[in-house]
Amino acid sequence: MSVHSAFAPAGAQAARIYEHWLLYWYVALAVYVIVGGAFLYLLIRSWRSRPESIAEPTQPVQHRMAKYVGASSVATALILILLLVSAAITGHDLASYGQKPNLQINVIGHQWWWEVQYQNDDPSMTLMTANEIHIPTGQKVLLNLTSSDVIHSFWVPSLNGKRDLIPSHQNTLTIEADRPGVYRGQCAEFCGLQHAHMILYVIAEPPSKFSAWMRHQLQPAPEPVDAKLRHGRDVFLNEPCVTCHTVRGTTALGTVGPDLTHIADRQTIGAGTLPNTPGHLSGWVTDPQRAKPGILMPTIPIAPNDVQPLLVYLESLR
Amino acid sequence: MTEAQPQPESVAHLFEEERSALQKVWRNPRGLLGWFSVTTHQEIGRRYIFTAFLFLLAGGVEAMLMRLQLARPDNHFLSNDFYDQLFTMHGTTMMFLFAVPVLEGFAIYLVPLMVGTRNVAFPRLNAFGYWMYVFGGIFLYIGFLCNTGADAGWFAYTPLSGPQYSPGKRVDFWAQMITFTEVSALSVAVEIMTTVLRLRAPGMSLNRIPIFVWSVFVQALMILFAMPAIMLSSGMLLCDRTIGTHYFNPSEGGDPLLWQHLFWFFGHPEVYIIFIPGTGFVSTLITAATRRPLFGYTAVVLSLIATGFMGFGLWVHHMFATGLPQLGASFFSAATLVIAIPTGVQFFCWIATIWSAGKLTMNTATHFMFGFFFIFLAGGLTGVMLGSVPLDLQVHDTYFVVAHFHYVLIGGMVFPLMGAFYHWIPKMTGRLLNETAGKVNFWLLFVGFNLTFFPMHLLGFYGMPRRVYTYQADTGWGGLSELASIGAALIALGGLVFIGNYLWSMRHGIPAGNDPWGSDTLEWSTTSPPPNYNYVHLPTVSGRYALWSRLPDDPVVTGLHTDRREVLVTGILDGQPDHRYILPGSSIWPLLTAIAVAIGFIASVFVFHDLTYGIILTALTLLGWFWPRRDPRHGVKDQS
Repeated sequence: MSVHSAFAPAGAQAARIYEHWLLYWYVALAVYVIVGGAFLYLLIRSWRSRPESIAEPTQPVQHRMAKYVGASSVATALILILLLVSAAITGHDLASYGQKPNLQINVIGHQWWWEVQYQNDDPSMTLMTANEIHIPTGQKVLLNLTSSDVIHSFWVPSLNGKRDLIPSHQNTLTIEADRPGVYRGQCAEFCGLQHAHMILYVIAEPPSKFSAWMRHQLQPAPEPVDAKLRHGRDVFLNEPCVTCHTVRGTTALGTVGPDLTHIADRQTIGAGTLPNTPGHLSGWVTDPQRAKPGILMPTIPIAPNDVQPLLVYLESLR
Repeated sequence: MTEAQPQPESVAHLFEEERSALQKVWRNPRGLLGWFSVTTHQEIGRRYIFTAFLFLLAGGVEAMLMRLQLARPDNHFLSNDFYDQLFTMHGTTMMFLFAVPVLEGFAIYLVPLMVGTRNVAFPRLNAFGYWMYVFGGIFLYIGFLCNTGADAGWFAYTPLSGPQYSPGKRVDFWAQMITFTEVSALSVAVEIMTTVLRLRAPGMSLNRIPIFVWSVFVQALMILFAMPAIMLSSGMLLCDRTIGTHYFNPSEGGDPLLWQHLFWFFGHPEVYIIFIPGTGFVSTLITAATRRPLFGYTAVVLSLIATGFMGFGLWVHHMFATGLPQLGASFFSAATLVIAIPTGVQFFCWIATIWSAGKLTMNTATHFMFGFFFIFLAGGLTGVMLGSVPLDLQVHDTYFVVAHFHYVLIGGMVFPLMGAFYHWIPKMTGRLLNETAGKVNFWLLFVGFNLTFFPMHLLGFYGMPRRVYTYQADTGWGGLSELASIGAALIALGGLVFIGNYLWSMRHGIPAGNDPWGSDTLEWSTTSPPPNYNYVHLPTVSGRYALWSRLPDDPVVTGLHTDRREVLVTGILDGQPDHRYILPGSSIWPLLTAIAVAIGFIASVFVFHDLTYGIILTALTLLGWFWPRRDPRHGVKDQS
């Protein structure tokens, strides 16, 4: 079960925003109780007493009211200044969290999936994956955000606020997870037909586990070990799959769709549309338009004898 | 202007004579052609209000369909393609075809009555504006019914709304509808401003203008500055889509963020364009309900103006997530919080008014007024939360924002509007609406509204983004969404009670008489419904609460010609009589001009240079509009 709530912070930034929210919430609640209470009191007091005559309130009443309106207005201004200062300090704190990141990841928005590139000075250590971002706990991760088509927005509420992915613009966002867990996120800027199914997961693991994951991911796809797998790989390489998808270690080098080198390791398919189980994968491969109507992946007719080997091959990509 | 002091019988005789002369001059033409030629403000105002309520019904049905779809996770009731069209049409309809036009309708109907004149300053422009609005709305809905409903959201962010990602004509229809409705809004703005500034009753100095008139005056000023921004940007979008310009195309050096700046430079003031007349309604209703002068008239007027002015300084708070420099974001954050102060001042003045009165007439209008207080207060407070950049980054583009702006717009505008409806319909139709049904109507809307929109605050914090056509069961959003859908059903029921009450009361309602509420503004001194000329003798005003300070022998304006549509122009500051002014009569030309402009606008969506035909046709119809003609009875008319 993944965590997906601004009320359940799992990182320093989200926790800071949550504290800030509590201040706003209590102030708002107090103001609502006082002002709403005044209206309620007036409502009860004036209930069923029809005014008959028209009269100007007396001078002393007017003065009292003027004082009261003035004092309330000043109080409003003071409260707003308090809130504003708190917002500015929180904003400053959030910005300074991102000063020295331990890890940099490029996240590129696509209709309707997330491309994830782990940066490294050593090119052999850069890694491409999709829709799931593994991060080490307790480390600052800087996300470089941009988009290849329309505007998307990166938002994992348990870790930090959101930031837009805008074509031709570069944005950054720092996230950090205190403890291991799976944190769900979803595109927050309307981006077309499948905006509802543009989901991502941030998987926070202890640094050692993360390094192991990284090492494994850097390896190319495993070679097929039997005839059925070889058959499956040939189907994959001979069908149009290769024009869009990459499987490292093969001749499939397409970059339009998500990298599938280790697809079987991922928890979901179709950017969170379906759980990654053999049954769902089979439905997905034969007709992606059914589960995610409008998706840019076309329905490709695959010969009945080829479907099973292809699925077995995809499930072997661990 | 003279004191009317001659002998009683001759006064009565003169009065009758003038009345029948005015009736003849101001009579609306008969027949179908006549129906299309009407330029009296009562009829145009009624048409605006009626048409806007039809669009409210359409927008409401769209909302209900969306709530049905979202009531359950992974629902297949609607396709994603249709859902995207629905939420775009819902937002577009409510903002462009309901909220602004219905307020304009009330302004057109009430302002000439409230300031004590016979019509708006430019009656033909008024008719033209109405036809532009109707054509824009019909155009958008014809598209929707032909599966060409806009589907990029009412904000139509580029590049999603650009030619590459929204092929077809859907977004073009949307963008051109904007042009129609904004031409209409600008026409209304110009005539309302001129009417308020120059056609007030003698003695109605600036500090005696009724608050509602102030509010629509500020609204008109805001329209004048905000609407050109959206017309410009929708025009640029159309050019990108039809003739291959690259204003918003990042791959050719355009910038998608430019659209957001231009859109929100209109879009945020738009919220206040809708909200400010809502507060004008409330200030009027509160005066009628307490039968006391509004406490702090000057403070309230200054608050309206300050809100209108500051409303232009906060558009960037819609864009915090686009990655602004911190200093820039802080400026707009501060501006967003500061605008709460003038609204706060208005709230305190309302409290002071009720407090010092101690008594209230608890009719349906008062119910809706209190509904406004309790709902809008919550919406204002969540608005302050959204003003904080860190908080905004969490809840921006989530259901929290959906909850916030429905609290602000339904609370701040629809509830006052409903109150205004119960308050002024007797004036417009001569019959009171049924009070029992009115209260049922109120409670259904109030409970239904809170049930629908309060849970959405929580959904936002729980991570539910806006504009999703479905959600998965394991998100846990199902329960609150279902609650919201149940609330929506109550709102729909409230709407049905409202329609039923209106239809019933128009046949069986109690006759209203001139002034059922003992209210203070001038319109309550004439008959219900008012004659086309509003007043036989234009009134004079000797106090801020015109009818409350009126004495039996107060002077009236006499000596205006009754054989032509003549009104008195007064000074801007003090409302001192200045000169006579002849208003144009009925004319078919506004309709013909609107048709010509519509041909150009619509044709340009398909073949851009066909705009030329529209321009030529418009030039021809304008020739007809402005053609000077000698009327045997009325002399040469001033054409405007």
